[in-house]
Amino acid sequence: MAELSKNDARADATPNVSKVEHAEAHTEAEAVAAVEAPVGRGEPILQVRDLKKHFPLTQGVLFKRQVGAVKAVDGISFDLYQGETLGIVGESGCGKSTVAKLLMNLERATAGEVFYKGQDITKLSGRALTAVRRNIQMVFQDPYTSLNPRMTVGDIIGEPFDIHPEVAPKGDRRRRVRELLDVVGLNPEYINRYPHQFSGGQRQRIGIARGLALNPEIIICDEPVSALDVSVQAQVVNLMEALQDEFNLSYIFIAHDLSIVRHISDRVGVMYLGRMAEIGTDEQIYEHPTHPYTQALLSAVPVPDPDARDHRERIILSGDVPSPANPPSGCRFRTRCWKAQDKCAEQEPLLAVPERFKGTTTPANHESACHFAEEKDVVGAA
Amino acid sequence: MPELTTSADQATKAAAGAAAGARLPEPKPEKTRSLWGDAWQDLRTNWVFVLSAVLILLLLVMAAWPGLFTGADPNDKDLANHYLQHPNYGHVFKADWLGYDAQGRSVYARAIYGTRASLLVGAGTTAVVVLFGGLVGMLAGYFGGWIDAVLSRVTDMFMGIPFLLGAMVALNSFTERSIPVVIGALAFLGWTQTARVMRGSVITVKSTDYVQAAKALGAGTRRILFRHVLPNAVAPVIVVATISLGIYIGAEATLSFLGLGLNGVSWGNDISDGGNSIRVAQFIMLYPSIMLSITVLAFIMLGEAVRNALDPKTR
Amino acid sequence: MTTIEETTPVPSPRDAGADGGPLLDVRDLHVEFHTREGVIKAVNGVNYSVAAGETLAVLGESGSGKSVTAQAIMGILDMPPGKIPQGEIRFRGQDMLTMSAEERRKIRGSRIAMIFQDALSSLNPVLTVGYQLGEMFRVHQGMSKKDAKAKAIELMDRVKIPAAAARVNDYPHQFSGGMRQRIMIAMALALEPELIIADEPTTALDVTVQAQVMDLLAELQREFHMGLILITHDLGVVADVADKIAVMYAGRIVEQAPVHELYKRPAHPYTRGLLDSIPRLDQKGQELYAIKGLPPNLLHVPTGCAFNPRCPKAQDICTTEVPRLFPVTEQDGTGLPGRTSACHFWKETIHG
Repeated sequence: MAELSKNDARADATPNVSKVEHAEAHTEAEAVAAVEAPVGRGEPILQVRDLKKHFPLTQGVLFKRQVGAVKAVDGISFDLYQGETLGIVGESGCGKSTVAKLLMNLERATAGEVFYKGQDITKLSGRALTAVRRNIQMVFQDPYTSLNPRMTVGDIIGEPFDIHPEVAPKGDRRRRVRELLDVVGLNPEYINRYPHQFSGGQRQRIGIARGLALNPEIIICDEPVSALDVSVQAQVVNLMEALQDEFNLSYIFIAHDLSIVRHISDRVGVMYLGRMAEIGTDEQIYEHPTHPYTQALLSAVPVPDPDARDHRERIILSGDVPSPANPPSGCRFRTRCWKAQDKCAEQEPLLAVPERFKGTTTPANHESACHFAEEKDVVGAA
Repeated sequence: MPELTTSADQATKAAAGAAAGARLPEPKPEKTRSLWGDAWQDLRTNWVFVLSAVLILLLLVMAAWPGLFTGADPNDKDLANHYLQHPNYGHVFKADWLGYDAQGRSVYARAIYGTRASLLVGAGTTAVVVLFGGLVGMLAGYFGGWIDAVLSRVTDMFMGIPFLLGAMVALNSFTERSIPVVIGALAFLGWTQTARVMRGSVITVKSTDYVQAAKALGAGTRRILFRHVLPNAVAPVIVVATISLGIYIGAEATLSFLGLGLNGVSWGNDISDGGNSIRVAQFIMLYPSIMLSITVLAFIMLGEAVRNALDPKTR
Repeated sequence: MTTIEETTPVPSPRDAGADGGPLLDVRDLHVEFHTREGVIKAVNGVNYSVAAGETLAVLGESGSGKSVTAQAIMGILDMPPGKIPQGEIRFRGQDMLTMSAEERRKIRGSRIAMIFQDALSSLNPVLTVGYQLGEMFRVHQGMSKKDAKAKAIELMDRVKIPAAAARVNDYPHQFSGGMRQRIMIAMALALEPELIIADEPTTALDVTVQAQVMDLLAELQREFHMGLILITHDLGVVADVADKIAVMYAGRIVEQAPVHELYKRPAHPYTRGLLDSIPRLDQKGQELYAIKGLPPNLLHVPTGCAFNPRCPKAQDICTTEVPRLFPVTEQDGTGLPGRTSACHFWKETIHG
């Protein structure tokens, strides 16, 4: 199956952060052309470098003084390869939703770059930015608030065509909308219904249809199935995988349900307090985690097998996640980590392959931001 | 770029369809129901709405075609024959049905003709207040930052001026107080309320996912404001406006009572005049007061009913 | 500091019979809502029971009626649209539905307590945490303010809120989600109830916090020997803590079984479907098994077995006859205690 060969390729692939091929575009037309050029399968399509978003904390009524900042995202780097699914997991406050907004240009980055086909999209505007927006789309978490309740389904899915008229000629739009409804498994006859007449799972499908309308290359999914019933989650996940095959999409799949992320992702990144703690293939992360936070996270996931109750080793983290306005110095996880030592407070660990595993063939040979990274079997009989 | 064609691989599509459970067990066929449609359904069965709507319709007809209700001329002064003439309750709908005032004018005729003035002022003021205040509120709420800071402070300044007192001061400088003048005087302080309501509503709507989604699609500000934000933010403003209509009618009557209102036929003027003869001819003040109360009540009831129908909890 | 521990298995509950009957016994409960659009039959004949020290998990999705049942037990349903036309809720033998409102109020809070999903909206934002915790003692036990506060601090310590004495005067929004949930647990425990009903207590929480909170609940349950009804849709959480499980669908119980049995050998196609749709390792790259169709619209419940439009095994009889709860047995007929299934074809489902 195509999936298996992808996994093989990943196992001995280039590192998670590859060299950025800057495509210097001096005019807007060149930028647009660069953005619309096709990318080969397995090539990096999105390259995020040291992305940061700090929300200022201000004081004062009329003249606001900045007194601090919430460092929601504080230096994230990763690549997305064409045709793959990169899962990003983390708990509340880790910044994963902010990353989604930054990639979509819904928030302005404080620092860092996002290279899409060699163009830094954080610096684009005008026609070039519009061209980028066509190619990077988003599916939102809450099916109950992500659709305008006063627009019909046909209008919602057809809106992308109104905004980007070059994608579909006017007479063709209705047909395209019906086609999209069909592709996501909804009856095209419902084109004049309103969102509140549909169930949560159906609304999410409408959101997916809207995301597909412009034939994007990348879809960023921000917790797309978290708000759905269990029996409906599987349907929507299957739909997304099928669409990925049919339309050659690349996904960034942000979620907190670790088992679904594992199922759909090729590679997974674990975020903690605005930074990436560990990143690797799904097998590397789930079966050979080396960062203590990942290990704690995996051990906390409830396993739907009552027999496992007695065999699991549980890591219970103490205390709360520190505030992103005041993160701990050095390694951010050190306040809750059982391995913490002085070095952890003084030196921030870089996201890199740990020394002890460098050059080896063990699956622990993936990037981890810990001075003392080592393997630990947390899920027992996986 | 992969084209979305009808000749897409049938197997994959079927797989996608089957995986998605396509041809899902169809939900029972129901008519398309928009949220406005739902609200209308609610209203139709609400007796408060029906009653107030009927009343208002009646008042509208009275304002537009007063001749249908009375043949008498409200400005026809006949002191000789009709000075403080008591009502003749037997002559229903005739000129003398409700008596005559101190200037020999038919009270009934004036009650009917006064409707026009009240409704015009009420509706006119509301229209100006919604358009202007709504615009200010929308801009302040959507753009935030210094635009909001400036507009909100301006709103606060106007709000600091007492409503009726301000209108009185304004009207005092005019001798020709026609309907547009009165509308202007009321609206120039009244817009702050709709501005505040609209601003709050827009701030709520602006952070919803569907507005973010529209931005993510590359929608421009105009499209976002008029297609996404406005339709969803307008409901509380409609409620406030409907209730305010009644209040403006009352305000106009108050101004007229104080002698600073309209120059022409107006319930407020009649109530004021009627005060002079209250010992001997209570009917002169009574009937315009009844008309005024019914009218204001009708609009407030309408506003209540509309608010319940548009309540987001039942949406 | 963070600890790593080998999990000690939850000790098995004392015999239900030892206490002379179950703590809570719900019999043939029906709940309806009369709305503008018709009558919604939210609960259609539910029977389950919990003994002291036992954990019953009620599993179901939206529209299954699991929350409504719990709210009916606690007596917190909005009664004008809601109605209980039929059924008994026996707490220690006494039917709560026939009691006076005053008697019910005495039981609610002090003997049966409830924990909700969203702690932020269940706690009053304008009152301090200490005040709200102390309220339980002031109202039900007539304690003075000072004593109640001391008790509140003690409770916060019990639920492992760090620096309890310093934080007793904080407001709910000053705590994190996990801490707020602990405060709700503390409120529920204040009067040492005999039964706790937890309605999706960890759904809104992160995985690591979820683990902390569930551990806490299990520990406190052991300590107080309480009965626990856990309402959830998460099969993982259930596997960790439940003793027995009741699966609900469209207002009815469709299967009941002890926990190990349910996961190993489900006897109802819906349960089987839920278990199959959990992503498994060896399925990676393939389609997940998905129960086709949508959860039912309670205004138009399908005739016969409510699950029939979505069931891979549905036959004609499923559309005409509502299956009752059949006792589930081994292939040779030996009874399996505690196991029932509302499926005409339970035999085929469990025995392949």
